[in-house]
Amino acid sequence: MYDVVIIGAGVTGCASARELSRYKLNICVVEKEEDVCCVTSKANSGIVHSGIDCRPGSLMAEMNLLGNRLMEPFSRELDFEFKRIGSLILCFSEKDLHKLNDLYQQGIENKVPDIRILDKTELRAMEPNISDQAIAAIYAPSSGIVCPFGMNIAMAENAAENGVEFRFDTKIKNIFRTKSGYRLTDENDTVIETRCIVNAAGVYADKFHNMVSSHKIHIVPRRGEYCLLDKMESAVSRTIFQLPDEYGKGVLVTPTVHGNILTGPTADDYEDKDAVNTTADGLEKVNMSALKSVPSLPLRKVITSFSGNRAHEDGHEFIIKEAEDAPCFVDAAGIESPGLTSAPAIGIRVSEIISGLLKPDINPDFKNTRKGILNPKKLSKDEYAALIREKPEYGNIICRCEMISEGEIIDALTRILPAKSMDGVKRRTRAGMGRCQAGFCTPRTIEVIARERQISQLAVTKSGGCSNMVCGYSKESIQEDKK
Amino acid sequence: MEETRNLTCIGCPLGCSIQVEMENDKITGIFGNTCKRGEVYARKEVTHPTRIVTSTVCVEHGIIPVVSVKTETDIPKEKIMDVMRSIKKLKVYAPVHTGDVILENAGGTGVNLVATKEVLTKTK
Amino acid sequence: MISSVDIVIIGGGPAGLAAAISAKKNGIEDVLILERDHQLGGILNQCIHNGFGLHTFKEELTGPEYAQRFIDQTEELGIAYKLDTMVMDISSSKTVTAMNTVDRLFEIKAKAVILAMGCRERPRGALNIPGCRPAGIYSAGTAQRLINIEGILPGREVVILGSGDIGLIMARRMTLEGAKVKVVAELMSYSGGLKRNIVQCLDDFGIPLKLSHTVVDIRGRERLESVVLAEVDSHGKPVAGTEEEYQCDTLLLSCGLIPENELSLAMGIKTGSVTNGPVVNECLETNIEGVFACGNVLHVHDLVDFVSEEAALAGKYAAEYVKSDGNHTDAGKEILILHENGVRYTVPEKIHINRMPDELTVRFRVGAVYKNCYISVYAGQKRILHKKKQIAAPGEMEEVRLSKKTLEEISELEQITVKVEET
Repeated sequence: MYDVVIIGAGVTGCASARELSRYKLNICVVEKEEDVCCVTSKANSGIVHSGIDCRPGSLMAEMNLLGNRLMEPFSRELDFEFKRIGSLILCFSEKDLHKLNDLYQQGIENKVPDIRILDKTELRAMEPNISDQAIAAIYAPSSGIVCPFGMNIAMAENAAENGVEFRFDTKIKNIFRTKSGYRLTDENDTVIETRCIVNAAGVYADKFHNMVSSHKIHIVPRRGEYCLLDKMESAVSRTIFQLPDEYGKGVLVTPTVHGNILTGPTADDYEDKDAVNTTADGLEKVNMSALKSVPSLPLRKVITSFSGNRAHEDGHEFIIKEAEDAPCFVDAAGIESPGLTSAPAIGIRVSEIISGLLKPDINPDFKNTRKGILNPKKLSKDEYAALIREKPEYGNIICRCEMISEGEIIDALTRILPAKSMDGVKRRTRAGMGRCQAGFCTPRTIEVIARERQISQLAVTKSGGCSNMVCGYSKESIQEDKK
Repeated sequence: MEETRNLTCIGCPLGCSIQVEMENDKITGIFGNTCKRGEVYARKEVTHPTRIVTSTVCVEHGIIPVVSVKTETDIPKEKIMDVMRSIKKLKVYAPVHTGDVILENAGGTGVNLVATKEVLTKTK
Repeated sequence: MISSVDIVIIGGGPAGLAAAISAKKNGIEDVLILERDHQLGGILNQCIHNGFGLHTFKEELTGPEYAQRFIDQTEELGIAYKLDTMVMDISSSKTVTAMNTVDRLFEIKAKAVILAMGCRERPRGALNIPGCRPAGIYSAGTAQRLINIEGILPGREVVILGSGDIGLIMARRMTLEGAKVKVVAELMSYSGGLKRNIVQCLDDFGIPLKLSHTVVDIRGRERLESVVLAEVDSHGKPVAGTEEEYQCDTLLLSCGLIPENELSLAMGIKTGSVTNGPVVNECLETNIEGVFACGNVLHVHDLVDFVSEEAALAGKYAAEYVKSDGNHTDAGKEILILHENGVRYTVPEKIHINRMPDELTVRFRVGAVYKNCYISVYAGQKRILHKKKQIAAPGEMEEVRLSKKTLEEISELEQITVKVEET
């Protein structure tokens, strides 16, 4: 019997788990995928939004502003990449200037710090590669960028270090009310009993909510397609938005914390909650919109494209509360943008609700810090050399493009929540995330994963399940002579 | 019996389409080639096409799991898969040196299969 | 601690080996090769098919055999090399920072540097192919390594996009190893591969080649389940209504190679926008004096024989540079080699007549298939070369030889132009 079961090991679930681990509670995170950060949390803009475009007075606005403020201390405590680089929202025509002003006023009302409107000259001085067609912009210095995987994994690992249990490959099929709480069953009919549930199931949060509540909610997967460009020095140094439209913040151009350039997302509503394919039209739209902001953007340096689904709730508002007719079932639903920004705040809010319900004792052993995977590139040359002397595997580079050593990959495979697959290694270390997109390192990474996990190379997957990288040994399926 | 065989010449990037007219397995005419090399190629290709087969064979205790191999000379084209079947379950032991005969008379072709690479013994 | 060396060569593949051998033979004792893999030979180690060395050795070798000839020479000449060694950085003053498990992090100050890092394959993302991202999508070279070095079969039912030589070779390799290759699709209306490979890798096994076709969708959540091919119009845009779905568990991409010049760019070397390789002069020297480039890092070759030949020149010029104590003979005026009318680029791109050899080979590629054309070279307004070609195609590197004597006779020469002419 758990005190709390959290459905979903995305950034919302893991932030909640981490905050709840401050209490003496028996907590379990259940996740249908093989790892944390596998769905919406892995495929987004990685932006820490300023909060300008949230509706004043909304829960979104409150969570965004608080999340933005908390991001810096969180990134320090939990050792993930965060940079406060600021953002610009571009206006391309005189007739839209009033919209820019309205947005600015909204930002003031939301108490977004230090925002101001830039004229064309200031804008060009700040970002020389911005289009000539941009006539003004709102500058929001509090906006930032984060590594979405790094943040999600950091929160999960810290939760695990503080005693939270994680069950992967566990797809919840049913939830029943019991005398003392809830009974969850998964696809293998494994039974999980708990006093409280936190519903952090992303695009599936409506499904679980609607199993226990008669106040139905509806979440539509709103697909966003992105392109990632190779590392470059000189494109833009801040996050560049265009004036938002009814579907959201529009296509942005931003540096990532690792020095790449990211463009996207589109916004299209689909039926299928699992489908994350890109489309020719979507990618074309991303490219065209990105060029509108930064005409000189070298699109030939695109190294990959991807898409993710935002969990868009019909009312376009976060639902973070105990369901009215389902006691101890706490929703963290409709967490679309600015969900990543808000995660630290959402985690705290969820934790407040649960602690109000269960009145738990404080966990005296709670440790608020976590050390990330050692990144030798942050060491001095002498320290780096000393590290290799002690652990030679740090001198063996596996991923050439990102210069990731075997040592870092082994670290990823042996942590408290270890990577199990190619994607798990990639999200933790960046091995395979560079310009050759794992062309060179795939065979070597397969080898290291197989060795460290003591499995056959044939059993190594891209992302769990049946996503095996290879199918067999050579010549196995050569047909014998028909004669 | 008359037949026409259509070939693509491999002599140069031009890749001439060559038609070889045959009667009872005898060549009666070669058309479409733009040089002498095309004719020589076509003649060989319709009467006695041959290929070199390259593949790999498993190595035990080697620093890599397989060693690359080739048929020492070209073999009849229709015997390619016979050669592959003959090495399907073959295993050799490291060290292997370039030129080592891995299998004699591969696939009944009368041609030996030789190693094309050094594979040293794994030390640890 | 910083050690010093006369010539450091970045990369121990065919280019690096030939450059090292040549540098040594031209009188430089202190040559060091830095190689990131655990053996010398580079990509040739996984190119186990035959067809290498016809120009150099007048016989047909497999990739590993061709490499072994150069490795043997390297050993015989006692040339130093470090394996499993990753070069992290090269400064513009030619200090190389590298790393391995034995020497750890170390620096080497070199009098001359030869860049021979080779190239990488264009990944799916760079091709803008939409669809899902399941397991089973490989660049052809990755699959080649898995099969030929590791003995592992990436998949059983295969579609290949791109009919360059690597794609064609892999169609045969996968077929021989027990996979079913269903189709090879090529975006262009012609194949970039050798005719011989089309015949012996596809036709021999009844594998269809679909020209003017591309992949328009990739399906499957975990492992690849199918791809959709469509015909493209003359602008390379898919034609609606021509889509055809192929069930497969593997998609191999053989869609071009990109020289690996991240180290070069970081040290301030200028690269050409067509080749993506360093801009070099007649000595294969980059804009940084004493830094030379050769092989696929300079421009992507089709034949390793030409890589060896080019690299030997780079080794020779680097040796001369070192022997002159870093003082080049007076180079005189720099003459640009312009490319027009179907010629996409030239290597070298600029020459100094004083310093060029009696005969200089200029290599280039054309941008389309030309039949019965002429390759012409103009020195200023004067046509100095007019060579008839039955066929010139983008897939085959072309060359012209410039005579020093001819060029010297032209007064006030400003530029040389290489172009394709109809008559």
